[in-house]
Amino acid sequence: MSDTIKTDVLIVGAGPIGLFAVFELGLLDIKAHLVDILDKVGGQCAELYPEKPIYDIPGIPFITGHGLSDALMRQIKPFGPTFHLGEMVTTLEKIGDPLFRVATDRGKVFETKSVVIAAGGGSFQPKRPPINGIEPYENTSVFYAVRKMDAFRDKRLLIVGGGDSALDWTLNLQPIAKRLTLVHRRDEFRGAPDSVNKMRALVAAGDMDLKIGQVSGLEGGDGQLSACSVKGNEVDTMLPFFGLTMKLGPVADWGLKMEDELIPVDTAAFETSMRGLFAIGDINTYPGKLKLILSGFHEAALMAQKAHRYVYPDKKLVFQYTTSSTNLQKKLGVA
Amino acid sequence: MPKIIYIENDGTRHTVEAELGSTVMETALRNDVASIVAECGGGCTCATCLVHVDEAWSAIVGPPSAEEEEMLDSAFEVKPTSRLSCQIKVTDALDGLIVHTPAYQGR
Repeated sequence: MSDTIKTDVLIVGAGPIGLFAVFELGLLDIKAHLVDILDKVGGQCAELYPEKPIYDIPGIPFITGHGLSDALMRQIKPFGPTFHLGEMVTTLEKIGDPLFRVATDRGKVFETKSVVIAAGGGSFQPKRPPINGIEPYENTSVFYAVRKMDAFRDKRLLIVGGGDSALDWTLNLQPIAKRLTLVHRRDEFRGAPDSVNKMRALVAAGDMDLKIGQVSGLEGGDGQLSACSVKGNEVDTMLPFFGLTMKLGPVADWGLKMEDELIPVDTAAFETSMRGLFAIGDINTYPGKLKLILSGFHEAALMAQKAHRYVYPDKKLVFQYTTSSTNLQKKLGVA
Repeated sequence: MPKIIYIENDGTRHTVEAELGSTVMETALRNDVASIVAECGGGCTCATCLVHVDEAWSAIVGPPSAEEEEMLDSAFEVKPTSRLSCQIKVTDALDGLIVHTPAYQGR
């Protein structure tokens, strides 16, 4: 096991609200680490709305999801947050009052005085195709991600999808697979044109197969795939890429009170039923809750005031404005 | 107001009134058609509001845009009559529209 990472606050989720929490905490000298299952920051803004307009950020008449993430990253730069991307927080254990031990699926362990759950609609996880009897094959013959390419060496591989994930893995795994078949529902691909051309060249040269259709059934036994019904294609490994969907994930197992997959909080500090554990943004609920980015920003500011008490129990907090406080401006690197 | 009929995979039928200018997805959410998930809220970025337009209505509703067609790649059991309901605007011409909703939207 790796060394335990000690931090003031661990933020679960690097969407807009998790990012802004870094700012509010930073003004109060509170250091933060962030963990996000996506391989990039921005959460839904990055995954669902990178190019879509947002019209209701106060003072910003128009911005895209990508633009907002970028702006927030610039805003929090002075506070030097540490990001752990492509990782999911799996377990949370209360070991003090308050002190938490938090672990990720990549084996990292944090010891933190407070935890802020800013997990939005949950963690983005791969969509599972609705193929009857797919479950027994998952993680033995059916994989939703490639962690080690070598695991696919000499396999009869079936990749499903038409986006960049499907095409990139097709190009990367074709040289080491015994035989690779790409299945897509139509003969047009939304992935990068260069990848599409390379894939088509491999097909033309007879080095891989392309089939237009949808996978409707699987054959095999003991978790080992032998065929799947795009006309009885013989395969032993399948990689479906249908994009991501939001699932609550392990948060449900942390011993928190939940209401309809949301975390009830108080509206003074957005603290959960567990002292020192906060929930802000779309994942929380309280009377009058609106799932708006601006609400999450407000929640982050109030959360930081309370978190300060846990991180610096002996320090008195004096409220200051960034406009007039030299102290705050020094922290922002502008004074 | 135009009426829209949602037939869910288990046969449950919802006949509801739709506001002109709203979408078939929004109308579903307003009327608790549970098989429409609409994770992204109507941005054509998640493919969890898939419907199969009834054969008789398919030509009237029309085909998906290029952007929607790409997004359909992330849906399951896509048919020639499949659409993302957030991309179908309610008009008077759609009064009586029948759409079939799938059992599974990917989550």
